[in-house]
Amino acid sequence: MRHIISLLVENEAGALSRVAGLFSARAYNIESLTVAPTNDSSMSRMTIVTSGSDNIIEQITKQVDKLVDVIRVVDLSELKHVERELLLIKVMADSKLRAGIEQIIASFNARLIDDSDNICTIELTDTGEKLEKFIQSFDKNNIIEVVRSGVTGIALGKNILQV
Amino acid sequence: MANSSEKLRGADIFVRALKDEGVTHLFGYPGGAVLHIYDALYKQSAVEHILVRHEQGATHAADGYARATGRPGVVLVTSGPGMTNAVTGIATAYMDSIPLVVFSGQVPTHLIGNDAFQEVDAVGISRPCVKHNFLVKDVRDLATTIKKAFLIAMSGRPGPVLVDIPKDVTADMCEYEYPQHVEMRSYHPVIKGDSEQIKRAIKLLLSAKKPMVYTGGGVILGNASQELTTFTRSLGYPITNTLMGLGAYPATDKQFIGMLGMHGTYEANMAMHHCDVLIAIGARFDDRVTGDLEKFCPYAKIIHIDIDPASISKNVPVDVAIVGDVKNVLSEINQQLGAQTGSIDQAAIKQWWQQIREWQSMNCLRFDRKSDKIKPQFVIETLYELTGGDAYITSDVGQHQMWAAQFYKFDKPRRWINSGGLGTMGFGMPAALGVKVAFPEATVACITGEASLVMCIQELSTCLQYDLPIKIINLNNRYMGMVRQWQEFFYDKRYSHSYMEAIPDFVKLSESFGHTGMRIERAVDVKEALQQALAKKDKLVLMDFITDQTENVYPMIAAGKGQHEMHLSPERELA
Repeated sequence: MRHIISLLVENEAGALSRVAGLFSARAYNIESLTVAPTNDSSMSRMTIVTSGSDNIIEQITKQVDKLVDVIRVVDLSELKHVERELLLIKVMADSKLRAGIEQIIASFNARLIDDSDNICTIELTDTGEKLEKFIQSFDKNNIIEVVRSGVTGIALGKNILQV
Repeated sequence: MANSSEKLRGADIFVRALKDEGVTHLFGYPGGAVLHIYDALYKQSAVEHILVRHEQGATHAADGYARATGRPGVVLVTSGPGMTNAVTGIATAYMDSIPLVVFSGQVPTHLIGNDAFQEVDAVGISRPCVKHNFLVKDVRDLATTIKKAFLIAMSGRPGPVLVDIPKDVTADMCEYEYPQHVEMRSYHPVIKGDSEQIKRAIKLLLSAKKPMVYTGGGVILGNASQELTTFTRSLGYPITNTLMGLGAYPATDKQFIGMLGMHGTYEANMAMHHCDVLIAIGARFDDRVTGDLEKFCPYAKIIHIDIDPASISKNVPVDVAIVGDVKNVLSEINQQLGAQTGSIDQAAIKQWWQQIREWQSMNCLRFDRKSDKIKPQFVIETLYELTGGDAYITSDVGQHQMWAAQFYKFDKPRRWINSGGLGTMGFGMPAALGVKVAFPEATVACITGEASLVMCIQELSTCLQYDLPIKIINLNNRYMGMVRQWQEFFYDKRYSHSYMEAIPDFVKLSESFGHTGMRIERAVDVKEALQQALAKKDKLVLMDFITDQTENVYPMIAAGKGQHEMHLSPERELA
């Protein structure tokens, strides 16, 4: 099963490598990992997408929680939550292709952020699944470059990850 | 306490902080990056520095010191190779949850990342084998970081902590104040067990018809032997200890049925296999204990007490989990248990004991006592008798380690010191040295083999320099015995590289280091030789016992087999 694990960690040099190192040392699967400071600059928030049996996910959360730099851990998948990922994509956009591109952008609520040298650069923020579909809407041969941020997420309502 | 307006150099802060932390011994080896610190050590006498001959020896010595005393072992090494040499010892301590604080020198901050002379990424290299580590970049953080390092090493599930200190930080000045207390919002080990879970555990324990108590190193680390003994005696249930847990419960007590696991007793493993309620206390269901997980304790409801939540249900799913300090949890269980033991099904327990006594009558640790070759088991048995079971015994890794665990009956905790988790050859002699530093008056013996012993043989010099007259029991079978045993059983007797043709003359070797050496070649001479060696209180004696080359460790559960699928010795092979 796919899980989204959210962590609050001390904003210290090495915190990222402790978490990443734990995943590789214990042979846990890692699909994506994002990290950035929070509104409290002494803390960073990390979002890890991983998969495994219930036992493995339980071990992952316990082992991550054991790291001295980790302040809080939550498995977002167990709560009502929202996940989002940012995609930037460059596609060929000569006169023949343009109409199709505009149609795809409109139907996914994406945003055209640049149009130069017959190349369109498009931005889309949505779930990972939607991003996949969006990418598949283009002819493979016309895709020039794809960059994805990895998933971030947040629990909804009263569930708050804080110290 | 220091005057808070006083300004000190980083190196002096380091030494003052150790003193204020109550550190009396430091195992180390100097080098460029730590020269300021060594200069500060020279000018004081509160912290005694033990100069080892290799940094691996420093970590093992500090580790032995920590295991024997319950206080943290403290190590100081230089940057680069000094630090990398210490890694094996750090990993050894990590696997057995031993509190060490290791200080490594680092190149000056402005050179970090520059491939400077003797630079290595100490924090990066040690990360997977420490509980936590720090790089101190500012002298103003030094005292607090040292305080945190000791707190983390000693609290919760203990473990090694590395503090990397760049050379310029040891030269910089700042005001010194050693914090009485440090708070870390991300670090709060659980001490007290959940009372609902404790109630459930007691109910389950009292309902048992075939109970088993299985305890590990956590009881020793948590200083809970007294509580464990009270607990086990009040129930009257059989108890087994892991390799790391020996001595937590008196081995000579009639409720103790021996060590369990790959080379545990027949009765302990059979009782594990057939029990209906198992309580695991400070043990982690290691693969050398469980064998094939599919076949592990198939009939048992399992209770697990451990301070580390990640140890619970890691290998074996449990029915009642209690996270907490074993001493704290066992005290609470004992309090609540007091009035309730009347409800135990005594008839069922009696029947269970009858079954266990039957298994015990297999006499699974028997060996040939008529041989004129020296049987290694006999040497350890004799050592046990002559020391009254009261010596500190360290070991290396291999056959001799298993025989020591089987034949030296430990009645007290912290007397049995071995590398159980990592299985580090070369551990025993420097560990014995560390124990002797802590307890100069005690008998400290290292049970070893000729392959393990030479891995840190250089520490014989340290023993001479600091007058540490340990006794070395070298069970010399001219083989890496455990490797040979596996090759005999599983590789059709192809003894690939397990025989050493060029073995030193250990008597001369010991003498060349300024110690005494003895060679013992006949079984009839074993006892007298041991008596003579033990009588030489002020001399390190290296006793080279030329033992039977073909002796194997029994019983044995082959890797991947179940606990009930044991090989007994050829004389007593199961049908």
